Parts: sequence; structure tokens; C-alpha cells
Amino acid sequence: MRTSLFITCYNDTLYPETGRAVVRLLESLGVELDFRPRQTCCGQMHANTGFRAEAFSQAKRFVRLYQDAESVVIPSSSCVAMMRDQYPHLFEELGNDPLRQEFATLLPRVYELSEFLIDRLGVEDVGAYFPHRVTYHASCHGLRALHLGDRPFRLMAKVRGLEQVPLPNLDRCCGFGGTFSVKNGEVSSAMLAVKLQDVVSTGAEYCTALDNSCLMHLGGAMHRQYAGMKTIHLAQILASTQESPAEATL
Amino acid sequence: MSVASANHPVLDPVLAPSFPQGALPVLRNPQLRKNVAHAIDVIQTKRGKLVAEKSDWQELRSAASGIRAHALENLGAYLEQFETRCAAAGGHVHWAADAAEARRIILDLLRRENASQVIKIKTMTSAEIQLNPYLEAAGVQVFETDLAEIILQLGDQEPSHIVVPALHINRSQVREIFARRMGLKDLSDDPQALTAAARNYLRGKFLGVPTAIGGANFLIAETGGVAIVESEGNGRMCLTLPRTMITLAGIEKVLPRFRDLEIMLQILARSATGERMNPYTSLWNGVTPGDGPQNFHVVLLDNGRSSILAKPRERQTLKCIRCAACMNTCPVYRQTGGHAYGSVYPGPIGAILTPQLMQLHHAQSLPFASSLCGACYEVCPVKINIPEVLIDLRAQVTDRERHDLARFLDPMYLGLRIANLLFAKAWLFHAAQFFGRIGLGLFTRKDGWIHSLPSVGAKWTQTRDLRGLPSQTFHAWWAARAPQSSPLASKEGK
Repeated sequence: MRTSLFITCYNDTLYPETGRAVVRLLESLGVELDFRPRQTCCGQMHANTGFRAEAFSQAKRFVRLYQDAESVVIPSSSCVAMMRDQYPHLFEELGNDPLRQEFATLLPRVYELSEFLIDRLGVEDVGAYFPHRVTYHASCHGLRALHLGDRPFRLMAKVRGLEQVPLPNLDRCCGFGGTFSVKNGEVSSAMLAVKLQDVVSTGAEYCTALDNSCLMHLGGAMHRQYAGMKTIHLAQILASTQESPAEATL
Repeated sequence: MSVASANHPVLDPVLAPSFPQGALPVLRNPQLRKNVAHAIDVIQTKRGKLVAEKSDWQELRSAASGIRAHALENLGAYLEQFETRCAAAGGHVHWAADAAEARRIILDLLRRENASQVIKIKTMTSAEIQLNPYLEAAGVQVFETDLAEIILQLGDQEPSHIVVPALHINRSQVREIFARRMGLKDLSDDPQALTAAARNYLRGKFLGVPTAIGGANFLIAETGGVAIVESEGNGRMCLTLPRTMITLAGIEKVLPRFRDLEIMLQILARSATGERMNPYTSLWNGVTPGDGPQNFHVVLLDNGRSSILAKPRERQTLKCIRCAACMNTCPVYRQTGGHAYGSVYPGPIGAILTPQLMQLHHAQSLPFASSLCGACYEVCPVKINIPEVLIDLRAQVTDRERHDLARFLDPMYLGLRIANLLFAKAWLFHAAQFFGRIGLGLFTRKDGWIHSLPSVGAKWTQTRDLRGLPSQTFHAWWAARAPQSSPLASKEGK
């Protein structure tokens, strides 16, 4: 099977290790990866900050770049949510019929990573080894927009050595919200403080998620506070083996 | 903490500070944050249990959403039907285009009654039009009769929630207010003692004041009737004892048929207070000789609602039945409480309703007062897609300011305009990554982390570190690994 990797702008810039892990993971499962170097951003940041025309041009760029892809895998739940929830509105308001049609045929082939593994490949056991206590943060978009449900837990359950610790108030936002985290920096920090209490209370060594933006927020506070925990994208846990353990994010 | 010393919030969107500013005093107030978090956690837990016991909850939501959407799409016809049926039952319907007109109509009605005092129940809309200060200035004494509203009125406080307006005040603070204002220095903070004190205070008002102002949960077009739901029975007293009753309601409150209440009452009580049924549901049509108020007026308020109705995406805002489930689940509201929103309508619904009622001339910061986590949409019993409306309003605010030169001094605005140019071409994006790494490198410590940034970045680093940019981007790694894949990829590869 062949798939195209859309790495997303901030993973490309800030978290390349997540991308490397996706490559290792999918190739180990026999998937042939295609990476289109012209890719940049899905437009989420602009759309959520009110820059609709800008978001539209990035959305259009994404659709044009991937219209012939067999499938697209994206290791970021909020970017996939952007495509499912916001692209239709953007194309309805600013696009034309050919673009809307291209998008309509592309969208069913766009997968978030855990969807790709479970729904497309039909794998739960990826042969990973990660001997640590881990708690999973259900990013809001993964939870409510993509309805990822138990997919991440099923994947983690098959990782050898991994001990899952449930996170209290799993459905509560960490307070990141993109530009919200600076436009409303104080409120965002208050939300983060409450979330971090829950995360730290698990006694886990790692907090994982399917979206590095939440992890950047949580990890930034963990580092500031010497919280004794690290963040790690689930792709890196799933790519971790006894022979070559994960490159931790922090 | 003494209640009297608390910051006095401004709930007039024209005068209120921006949301980030309004939130600051609350974020620094441990008592307030504890009160808010405790109160909404209790309601949320009860709601969760009662929603879980309805196997057809999603069908109920769809039905309720459908009823409200249909009513709004045919609002003109249903309002006229309501007016006709209400008049036939002996009521008088008045139309108010804006807050000023509604206030004037109500004061005229009170003057006609020679009323120097009025009792009030269950009306957020009266707070929206700032009725109390207007009536007081005109020499009419106003007595709130809802327990929470009494606490606020006697304590000179502002509402912070639309169902539990005094949710930010705990019972020892209530005791302090009652003891001081009712002259009961030995009052305990036992809930029974507090409600007994309120009952004593209220009985005199109910028996002595013959004119009442109330709100409406629903107006029923088919019968011309009005419905109010409440928990205390004080509303029932207000609706039955006075000689004259004035109902103030937003035009969006109308339901087509009496039987629509079957759906609406099921979802409202569960969503609002976590009860299967609210304790008091009052329904009345016009006037009944010898029973209840003999003069009945309904003031139908527009005040910006028809302009919301005219917009297909935003119209859903008016489906709201004021259950407050959105604010009870909102992680932002949980930290800030209601006052930060600078409006009588706080929380996620307030963040979309207030700016629209203000035609976006005020409250422009409210559409941005959300992390877009979607919890509000998930619980909304009439399926208002609040995040979708928030994003749309953000676009309207941004578009409105697009040609304002001052915006180019805002580093975030400027940054986003530039970022868009960079995202249009991969080589520009890659160049920006390269220079970004050099720029941020100046702030990166030996441990590889950034602890402090200037300008807008300081809003991040005030509480969070940021890992310095890695030396190799993903696309550069890919290009180095598979140099044959594309000539563009190797441009910046190592």
C-alpha cells in the first residue's frame, strides 16, 4: 500500500522526530510512503484566527497538491479536523465547483494517523516496545471532531511494556487553542495549570497525544515547572522498539 | 473575602473591558474561581447522569433543534399568530425595536398603573436592556424575587451565569449579604436558615406589590400562551398574585405548537439544572377573570435579533433556550466565570450572542474568548454549532479591521499576514524556517529551550517554555534520506 504523508507545518518545523517516527512506523508495516516537498500548511491557524481568505488559499493549495494521492496520512488531529469541519465551508463560500468536487473526492482518503492504522491498515499491534508509564491526552479535535474514540487506547494496549494510566477529566481542553494561547495568554495559562495538575496526578513518565500542538503546550509547562514528566507523540511510542527505542520529544 | 470588596464588574458590552482584561481580576481571585468551579462541577455531574439515562437523548436533541430552526425560519408568521392569539385571550402585545423602546413601553405601562414598586422574576432580557437602573431612575422601586437575583440585588453584585446568576457567591457570602441588608446579625449560613430569611423578606413583597415584570422561557404561537420554568416557586407567586403582569421576551422565544413543549421541557431541565423536570412550570394564556393578573402585557423585544436572523450561518444563535449547558461545560468559563464576558450573556453562547447583538461594534474580543474545544456544541440541546459561529465571527472581526492601518502595528496580525505569503510557496516557507531558526536561536539557552521571548512571544513564555527549533526540519531529513524524490526537497537539505 502507498500513502502520502502530510507532515503539517509545525511538525515539519518544531517536531521532525514525530515525522521520522511516522516514516519508520509505516514503513515497518509495509507501507510505501510518498512525501510531497511542496506541502506547507493546512490553513488551520489562519482560519481559527479569522483570516478566512488566507485559510482558503492554503486549503486550496492542499487539495490541489494531493488530489491524485491514493490516501493522505496526517499525524495531527487538529489539522485533519480543519479539513473535515472547515474546508467545506471555505470552499462553499470562496471556492468553485471543480474545487469542491476535487475536495469531495479527496476528503474520504484523508486519515489521521490512528485512523490510518486501524481503519485503513487494520492493525492494532504494530510491534512496538515502550516500557514506561504513559497517560493519553485526548486532544479536543481528536475527541470531538474526529471521534477517534478508543483507537489510541487500542494501539497503546498492544505496545509491549507500556503501562496505561487513565487521565482524569480526559475530555477537558488543555487551553492551547492556537493563537488563543497568546491572545488570551492568562486564561490559557489558567486552563493549562488545571490540566497539568490532572496530568501530573497520574504519576506517568510520559504524556502522549495525537497532536503535537497540545503537547507543545503541556510540555512547555512541564519543562518550566520541572514537573518530572515528558511529552511524546503517540507515533514515536508506536515506532519504538527494543532495538531502537523512541527519540523522546523533550 | 468580603463580598463588598470584590471588584465590581461591568456587564455593559459598550463599556466593558476586553475579555482578556476582564478575566484578569477573576484569575487572581481564588475564592471566585473555587466557587465557580465547584458550582458548575455539581451541575455538570447531575446533568451527565440524567442525560445518560435517556437512551434517545440524541433524537431529543435533533427534535429540539428542528423545532427551534423551524420556528426561526418562519418567525414572522409565528409572532403574528402569537400576537393574535394572545390578544384574543385578553393580553396586549407590544413590539420594541430596541432596548430604549422596550424600557419606555414598560415604564409607560407602570405609570398607567401608578406603580411606584414592581416585583420581578426570571428575565435575563430585562438585564440585557438594563431595565432596573432605568426604572429606579424614574422613581420605580424594583424588587427581584428569584433567590439568586435577591442575593445579587442586596449584595450589589452582577449576575455571572444565566441559570444560576449568583453561582460565584458561596453560602457564607450569602449569609453576610442577608445579615447586613436584612438586619439579621445572628443569621447562620445553614441553607434552610438562609432560604427562610429570603422567604420572610419576599412574602411582604408578594402580598404588597401589585405589579410584576417577568420573562418567558417560551412563547407559544398556537395558543398565545407564555411558559416559565423555575425551581423556587417565587416565579409562580409573581405570576399569580399581582394585578398586572408584564412579560418581556426576545422575539426568538416563540414555539409553534403547545405540544412542542413536550420536547423542550425534557431537554431544558436536564440540560440546565440536571433535573428530570423542573419543580415549577407555569403556563398561562391571557387573562382569566377572577383568577390571577387582570392586566397582561407582552413586550416583544428585537434589539438586534432580526439582524442575526438574516444571516444563515449565524441564525442558529437564536435557537438558544438559555439552558447554560455550554457555560457549565466550558473550560474557559470554568476559569473565568461570567463577569469576564462583560455582558449579561456569558460563556460560549454569550461569546457569540453578545457581539452579534452589538452588531460587532462592541465585544469584538468575545469571539476569540474560546479555545474552540467544541465541548459547548457537544452538550447544546438544540445543537447550536458554537465553534462554527465563533470562527465566522472571528472572520468578520478580522475582515472589518483589515484596512485599519493600526492593525499593522499588531505583531500577531502582521505575523499572520506574512505567514500567509510564506505558506504559498514551499521555498519561502523553508527560507522562513531557516531564518526563524537563526532568530529563535538568539533566545535559545544551552539546554535547547527558550525561556523568554519578546513581544507577542512573551504571552507564551509568561508560563511556558518553548523548545528551540531542531537543527533539521522533517522535509530536510526526508530529502537527505531520499535525495532522488524531488529537486525542491534538496534545496535546504543537509
